[in-house]
Amino acid sequence: MDTLIRIADSLQRGDDAQVGTLTAEALAAGIPAGDVLQKGLIAGMNLVGEQFRLREIFLPDVLLAARAMYAGLELLRPRLAQEGVPLRGKVVIGTIKGDLHDIGKNLVGIMLKGAGFEVIDLGHDVAPEAFVDAAVREQAPLIGMSALLTTTMVRMKEVVDLIDSRGLSGQIKTIVGGAPLSSDFAREIGADDYASDSATAVERVKSLLGVT
Amino acid sequence: MKRHVRFTLEEARPPRQAVLSAQELPGDDELAPRLRALLDDAFADFDARAEPRAVMVELSREELEGVLDGLTGPGPETVIGLVYPRGEAFVLYVATLGAPLCDRIGELFAANDLGRGWMLDAVASSAADRLADLLAARLEDELVGRGHPAPRVLPYSPGYCGWTVRGQERLFAQVRPEDIGVTLNDSCLMTPIKSVSGVLVAGAKEIHRFRPDFDFCRECRTHGCAARIGSVHRREGPHLSEDERWTP
Repeated sequence: MDTLIRIADSLQRGDDAQVGTLTAEALAAGIPAGDVLQKGLIAGMNLVGEQFRLREIFLPDVLLAARAMYAGLELLRPRLAQEGVPLRGKVVIGTIKGDLHDIGKNLVGIMLKGAGFEVIDLGHDVAPEAFVDAAVREQAPLIGMSALLTTTMVRMKEVVDLIDSRGLSGQIKTIVGGAPLSSDFAREIGADDYASDSATAVERVKSLLGVT
Repeated sequence: MKRHVRFTLEEARPPRQAVLSAQELPGDDELAPRLRALLDDAFADFDARAEPRAVMVELSREELEGVLDGLTGPGPETVIGLVYPRGEAFVLYVATLGAPLCDRIGELFAANDLGRGWMLDAVASSAADRLADLLAARLEDELVGRGHPAPRVLPYSPGYCGWTVRGQERLFAQVRPEDIGVTLNDSCLMTPIKSVSGVLVAGAKEIHRFRPDFDFCRECRTHGCAARIGSVHRREGPHLSEDERWTP
């Protein structure tokens, strides 16, 4: 079986040791790091994401696959840099100020990394200024915000307003998510998009950043 | 009066099925071996590191009004504002699973051991919620001992159902849970993160009923209140042992 297909297959099974071994083998065989990333790791995670979206597998299955993805990615990272292979885009994520619920945000981050994005995770209880400052500093074109509480979700608008007041509209987009949110709420506060779950978040981020 | 509570691990440990259900996973019997192994590891980590304990402060209705004043809107514009005037007894509480367990969750995520980190987080979240239920059950037992007929106790927490999270500041000023290792940051969030706080309100089961038609209910998609209200009508409840674990 083709090494890259075996990487994708091992990743789907959450076999991190095997993914590491096969990734090393692929690199030793001279396969470009970009191909290992796209046709091995990301291809495998795309299948896992689709299975999860269709409810064929469970969240912990996705996390085991993500761990396997990271096992391969750690080996690839220096080679990707050498070969000048860019990741698919950079996204700043965090849970909004006053809210400590970051499991959903963590899952989005895991899924985005699995889809080949670079993720700057600011953690929870993140001030509006910190979101915007990080996006500017990291030259990230997208901010993802999460909230679980109706009492904190309203603070997401402060981030949108801050982007606007700093003249960054159009340069930095926003996507929001979290249990009490809706697409109507996203529209009300002027966010660019809303995602109801982590799998959808990856699709919406791809769309917002124009990545196929 | 301030009282300290220490829970046993057996009390604090959530049922396996509760953890699985919260993650929409199938029952233990149908669970894939690799997921069952994650759950086993999580419970082992929980048993090794959880330090479940709480602080409680009983207070009068007038004293509770001081805690809530200006933080919940005037009168019955929030759930707690509606419920507490109908209550008969009130206890502020802060409960925690302790720092070592939370540190372990962070370590697992930092090491990209995502499945184990996630499962331990799920076990800890269920356990933290359980601590509030255990305290409620303990207060019910106490009130029965004091001659209250069939009291029903529910916890209400800052940050939920219209009670602003800033309410934590006054709650912490009364409870002072630093001696069980719980502190508040400038956003009024608790450290360790697997901690819960609020007020236990006791009374007849009817006092906890309300119509979910507040302004904030329109934005809420979790509707956990329905299960909470339902629970006081069918509660057999987590029942604490009779061992006295209050400390002066």
